[in-house]
Amino acid sequence: MEQRNPVMRLLATRGMGQVVTVTLGLIVLCVVFSFLNPMFLSGRNIANLSRQIVPILLVGISQSYVLITGNIDLSIGSVLGMSCMTSATLMTRGVNPWLAAILTILACLVVGLLNGVLVAKCKLPPFIATLGTMTIARGIAQIVNNNYNTDSIGSGPAAMLFQSVFYYGRVLGLYSPVIIAFVLWVFFFFILSWTRTGRHIYAVGSNIEASRLSGVNVSRTVIVAYLVSAFCASVVGLITTATSGMGSMDAGNMYEMYAVAASVIGGVSTLGGQGLLLGTVIGAAIWGVLQNGLQFAGAPVAIRNIVIGAIVVISVLMDVVIRTGGWKFKSKT
Amino acid sequence: MSGEYMVRMSHINKSFPGVKALDDVSFDLRAGEVMALLGENGAGKSTLMKILDGVYTRDSGEVEIMGRPMEIDMTPKIAQAEGVAMIHQELNMCTQLSVAENIFLGRELVSGFTLSNREMRRRAREILGRLNLNLDPDTIVGSLSVSKQQMVEIAKALGANARILIMDEPTSALTAKEIEELFSITRKLRDEGCGIVYISHRLEELQYIVDRVTIMRDGRFITSCNFADTSMDEIISNMVGREIKEKFPHVDTPKGKKIFEVKNLNAGKMVRNIDLDLYEGEIVGIAGLMGAGRTEITRAIFGVDPKDSGEILLDGRPVRIDEPRDAIRAGIVLVPEDRKRDGLCTKLSIRENIALPNLDLLCGAGGKVAVRRERNMVAKAVESLRIKLSSPEMDAGNLSGGNQQKVVVGKWLARQSRVVIFDEPTRGIDVAAKVEIYILMNELKRQGIGVMFVSSEMPEVLGMADRIIVVCDGRITGEFTAANATQEKVLEAAMRFENKSERLAAVN
Repeated sequence: MEQRNPVMRLLATRGMGQVVTVTLGLIVLCVVFSFLNPMFLSGRNIANLSRQIVPILLVGISQSYVLITGNIDLSIGSVLGMSCMTSATLMTRGVNPWLAAILTILACLVVGLLNGVLVAKCKLPPFIATLGTMTIARGIAQIVNNNYNTDSIGSGPAAMLFQSVFYYGRVLGLYSPVIIAFVLWVFFFFILSWTRTGRHIYAVGSNIEASRLSGVNVSRTVIVAYLVSAFCASVVGLITTATSGMGSMDAGNMYEMYAVAASVIGGVSTLGGQGLLLGTVIGAAIWGVLQNGLQFAGAPVAIRNIVIGAIVVISVLMDVVIRTGGWKFKSKT
Repeated sequence: MSGEYMVRMSHINKSFPGVKALDDVSFDLRAGEVMALLGENGAGKSTLMKILDGVYTRDSGEVEIMGRPMEIDMTPKIAQAEGVAMIHQELNMCTQLSVAENIFLGRELVSGFTLSNREMRRRAREILGRLNLNLDPDTIVGSLSVSKQQMVEIAKALGANARILIMDEPTSALTAKEIEELFSITRKLRDEGCGIVYISHRLEELQYIVDRVTIMRDGRFITSCNFADTSMDEIISNMVGREIKEKFPHVDTPKGKKIFEVKNLNAGKMVRNIDLDLYEGEIVGIAGLMGAGRTEITRAIFGVDPKDSGEILLDGRPVRIDEPRDAIRAGIVLVPEDRKRDGLCTKLSIRENIALPNLDLLCGAGGKVAVRRERNMVAKAVESLRIKLSSPEMDAGNLSGGNQQKVVVGKWLARQSRVVIFDEPTRGIDVAAKVEIYILMNELKRQGIGVMFVSSEMPEVLGMADRIIVVCDGRITGEFTAANATQEKVLEAAMRFENKSERLAAVN
């Protein structure tokens, strides 16, 4: 029975159930927070909130790509930091911001390529390989400016334009990073859901051996996922530079884990082969709403951390329960 | 020599979904004897022994061990407590641990809260000594040869007070000298009053070790007698002669030109000097026993495993195949044996599975999947193979075995291939689905596509193939046309092992 109605067909997409569930969760959260503080749903807060969500969404895309191939990328946060420090250092030394941005992205892609090669070709466990590159990338972030955060990237017209494009500018009432995130999200959503490369990413994550026997170039697919990951992380690094107008060595600390959280809350399976970027958006939004809403409600940082950690665990538990149809921690064969 | 009954199994029945694996089988084992359990692939030997060691539960029938009747729901734990131990073909050892640690795995000796390592080492040495094994209990198991690991496994069984040992193809990985060592240990255990079940296809070895034989066929007990009272010919003729229950839809098509040729292919131990060819309008069946190297040959051809040497020609032109994608591009495809492991992405939909190897045909230059073309391709495959499903968006993992197999086959039919290789295409699927696979193979043959299939089912090979190639120990040991092949001839060729036994005779 072929489903003709496009809405019904969309709902029948695998993994959509989880997306619908977390979307409902997001709505409930928004309602609760607006009761706690009516300012929560004000136009200004929504605009701010949307801009806060951007970094988590972009690193969420990074991690989702890698998780769907059945791997993990622990270097995301460090690549972000490396991007921030490299771009800011270049700009403070007089390099044109746009050239600096391009060089930075290329440098980050090298890390992504290294991740992909180590995992796909050298068969290192992804946890270990990216733990290594995580440390290396953080080291690079520290060394590019001799172990100091950078000075201000200045207030010349080029620097101002750079900051405006990556953070402060507004188009049609939307902050520019929101537009950047939207464009990238649409692009990567298209790749993942509509192209051959995307299909290969799911296939490799579902069954690497069957994929190889079906003619899929498995290593190329894994490398592409790590390149996408490094690219998105490097864009967040540029946004971070634009935000504060300087480079910070700690930028992106722990972001690889936030990225796992956003992916997993949104229904991406850490076992590979399953997940939708639609879910990652909602996951990132839940993350942002919790941070923002709890802050508005006056909760201290410690409480925010505890709540968010609990949400991650609960959402994965729910997923396990739904998928296996009950509490089954042991399987007997 | 032989004493009281250690094992009596009578009227055992066991069914798996769609298959009657054991039909009213009886089996007994006395103390102080080595009993050979013989039969072709799928005769039910393993199933019977798995019931004895508690891995499977029987549907009906009685099992007595040491004169004590066993409950119907006995478990491996109960079997172990009664003294039954299975020495598996693939060894189950913790290779990073020492010999002593492996022997006492799961029943470590403790005093208070700490391990009594000294006591365990002492007892391990005692058991090893009983087997005349000169092994340090502190040796790491992974550093030992396969044969020594096997001895440790036997020692482990004895450490758990096993009196009934089941050995499944214990000599397949051993050299002549190692086989002799194993046999002398086996004889020693027999003389100490253990009962030993010896499962093997290597009939020439039996004379050195076996006291009695039990022969099974088609899940039934055929005969049981003293080894001295029978002959090799009699054993073989009891093993073969499987009833051909199914009708095979064989079609005759004129043999055309040569499509495919493999020259002197070598890939590891299980693919040695393979020469074979394939003509238009014929189906070639590859027969052999379990572990003969048939799957390995198909994997080497398809580029799954690396080749050491050899040449592959397609329509007279050499093709280079390093990866499956090279083979697919050239027009050679493989339907693998293990659907779940090699054939299906179970978390993806049926549509995505069928499209996966054909995305080159379904994507434009930009790499975007042409949704309509994809849907049509899938609909066509589903219809022509009569795959039963509610929607092509269903997860492939939720289909029945037969329908899963059809998906794995279906994904290759959408493209124009020259050679289709099937590895055990009908394993574990119901009769109706089997027939559909046969019809499909005939259809390919009629279209002039080269069809090659590996099968462990002798009737299937004889019924479907125009030409039969028999493999043993990674070599081709026989080739027959359908007209002059018989079950006896094929089995005899399938058991033409490398001549370890001549060397064995020299050692003895």
